[in-house]
Amino acid sequence: MVEQARLAGEQIHHFHGGLRLRHNKKVSCETPLKRPSLPALLKIPLVQHADVNVQAHVHCLVHPGDVVLKGQAIGRFDDIGGGLVHASTSGVVTDISLQPISHPSGQSGLCVSLEPDGRDAWCAYEPVSDWAHTEPLELLERLLRSGIVGLGGAVFPTGHKLQRARQNQVHTLILNGAECEPYISCDEMLMREHPDRLLLGAHILKHMLGAQRVLIAIEDQMGVIHRVLNQLIKKPGNEDIDVVKVTTIYPEGGERQLIQVLTGLEVPAKGYPIDVGLICFNVGTAGAVAQSITSGRPMVERIVSVTGPGIVRPRNFIALLGTPISHLVAHCDGYTDDAARLIVGGPMMGYALSADDNPIIKAANCILVLTEQNIHNAQPEMPCIRCGACARVCPAILLPQLLHQQVVDELWAPAADNGLNDCIECGCCDFVCPSHIPLTDWFRYGKGALDRAVAEDERAEAAKLRFEARNTRLSDRKDARNERITAQKISVRQDARARIDALTNQAKDQEESGGLK
Amino acid sequence: MTRRFDLPGRPVVKSGAGLSGAPHFPPQITVAGVMRQVLYALTPGVIACTWFFGVGVLLQILFAISFALLFEALMLRLRGQPLRPFLGDYSAVVTAVLFALCVPPLAPWWVAMTGMFFAIVIAKHLYGGLGRNLFNPAMIGYVVVLISFPREMTQWLPPQQLATIQLDVLQSVLTIFTGHLPDAFSWDSITQATPLDSIRTGISEGRTVSEIRQSPIFGDFGGLGWEWIANWFALGGFWLLWRRIIGWHVPVTMIGSVVLFSLATYLVDPGAGPSPFQHVFSGALVLGAFFIATDPVSGCTSVRGKLWFGAGVGVLTLVIRSWGGYPDGVAFAVLLMNLAAPLIDRFTRPRIFGHDEV
Repeated sequence: MVEQARLAGEQIHHFHGGLRLRHNKKVSCETPLKRPSLPALLKIPLVQHADVNVQAHVHCLVHPGDVVLKGQAIGRFDDIGGGLVHASTSGVVTDISLQPISHPSGQSGLCVSLEPDGRDAWCAYEPVSDWAHTEPLELLERLLRSGIVGLGGAVFPTGHKLQRARQNQVHTLILNGAECEPYISCDEMLMREHPDRLLLGAHILKHMLGAQRVLIAIEDQMGVIHRVLNQLIKKPGNEDIDVVKVTTIYPEGGERQLIQVLTGLEVPAKGYPIDVGLICFNVGTAGAVAQSITSGRPMVERIVSVTGPGIVRPRNFIALLGTPISHLVAHCDGYTDDAARLIVGGPMMGYALSADDNPIIKAANCILVLTEQNIHNAQPEMPCIRCGACARVCPAILLPQLLHQQVVDELWAPAADNGLNDCIECGCCDFVCPSHIPLTDWFRYGKGALDRAVAEDERAEAAKLRFEARNTRLSDRKDARNERITAQKISVRQDARARIDALTNQAKDQEESGGLK
Repeated sequence: MTRRFDLPGRPVVKSGAGLSGAPHFPPQITVAGVMRQVLYALTPGVIACTWFFGVGVLLQILFAISFALLFEALMLRLRGQPLRPFLGDYSAVVTAVLFALCVPPLAPWWVAMTGMFFAIVIAKHLYGGLGRNLFNPAMIGYVVVLISFPREMTQWLPPQQLATIQLDVLQSVLTIFTGHLPDAFSWDSITQATPLDSIRTGISEGRTVSEIRQSPIFGDFGGLGWEWIANWFALGGFWLLWRRIIGWHVPVTMIGSVVLFSLATYLVDPGAGPSPFQHVFSGALVLGAFFIATDPVSGCTSVRGKLWFGAGVGVLTLVIRSWGGYPDGVAFAVLLMNLAAPLIDRFTRPRIFGHDEV
């Protein structure tokens, strides 16, 4: 498999299912990247990743009233390897409290409210003068402190991903520019406006990993970017970098799907790309790494697409983390009259928000506003007619109609057996379902319930083992006592017998001696 | 100023936590849309049937649809289900049309009523309604009337080229309602055995197929008229394939297996049984391959399962036609394979991405 993985990009393969969706990216790509004005208040959530458990171990490093500088660490979280959150601008901490955050669960999270002082003054930082001659371990150390996470959606701390990858022999670094969801164009804008930064990030990541080559995967609809990148990689020093165009089929930007397209290999369900010597980073992540390593500054901003038919002038922003969504929308001349749904992420996998005062987080690649017309459902939900359209488009090769029935019936063991946890929640099955069953929502629910059922089973099993152990212990103890008692009885009896014997003998002796008398 | 938005109101499960409502584009396709396209695809075949067998075909369709909708509404009411979405999904109409196409054009009205009662009330709603039926409802209805009313169900008319006398619309209506022909006609003078029937009786009388095929009721490769009806149904079927409403798997394996096995016997002894062409272009084989065996609810869902399902229907049809008690066996074959579908699905589950072989 590793041998085949080495040939990544030589040939374009296919993955099962998928959808050809209307791209709708152009609207937000026509205006250049822009920094909006400083908002009046930033709300920076201390949990930035999309993990379900938002109240994970979070530590706030500042107090209300503190004056902080841009780039100063204000929070730390300890799970999934841990990471830091930094102040996005200089100012005063006004409040630390639970606030609604942009998260699919709709739960609140600990947020630091920061009132900018307008100076936007950086804290002390130390740029790396020559990264190529700096030890990868030192760069890694810096990266771990930079707060950079995977910007493609998983939001896993990049430093930790690199740390793990360095223990395996990674030969090929794949930069994922196949931003397959409609509307989202933040990666495309980065590649359009800063292709040099992308290449620099590629070199730094390759240096840190000790990889042999870099593959930049872009979609075949990105003709301009393809030309620009191709010119750049012809320059000396870029011999190990290749640009590959892949056919635009959703969800090709999924890590496992992209690897299958590039290599023909399926990453094992329980494994990772590093098992076959590959590693995948989002192009945005590579850009952030390049910026952070060369400047020495932590990550405090990201590119966000604010787009969709519900936005008057869609465009891309370089937004400070913590900027309220409403602030960005105002810079797009606001909502159209028929704006009906606010979504973080794309139309296929994003989640809806109930209010636009939520802050931009590291995971927020796109703010999408859809209109009534977009989300109008032509019919109520109907029973499944088993047409199999869902199975035809499922990139995980599942049978969604079967899984759905099992999740509804709460048959967790068969559902697990039929690959409930292999569902990547891409939403393809929903999109083609003539019965309009919210399949992906059912699977999201099912995964959580399956986890709980498994945990419950494990607890029950542990309790059973404990109970059995106790029974064994008690019966052992009882046996031991019985044995002891029996042994005592035997010894008492033996003693008595011995005494009787002794007395009998004595009497006999006496008799004999008396007889002799 | 904060603006509030409505969250996607997807009525999923007990706890809504962790549900994002994605994807946010509702599907373009609907159940009603699928069923409507099936009806469109049936139109050429229906017109061809009417052309060859007279207006009785349309009347049967009309009756069947009326009874189907009536029973559907009744059952929905009894089951406390909303009428509008389910009556408007056209599934009962598709069932009715498929049933009516199997019924002799002048069969009395209560044939359609009985058939639709068993199809809609018993086979569909008592099993749980749309999407829950174990058996193809149209075929259940057809088989019930076929077994119960053998006389009415075998009164097939000859195609119009061969008909010496024809009933007009009024006479057809009267015949269907009263069960009696107008005075000037007798059943013997207007009905005729179907091609498959003639072959069956011919062979049992010891004649060879080529002798039997001398009869004017045979056409170029199948039964006269029937072969063209089959072609028009196939046309609709191809359209459904192109629209991706059905997959190629069931039609191809079903017709393929019939051709393959009948070709084998034909090559051994051409006189002993119908040629592969004759098999494909008579009876309900083409209609069955594109419209009946492809019913998703009662069929297999996995790709490999569909291949087995189609092949099974084909082989069973051939077996029934050759050795069974009925001249055509598509309906029985489909019902028998419906029984086997869940088991087939179980053994043909596809390999999940990133997993070793199942």
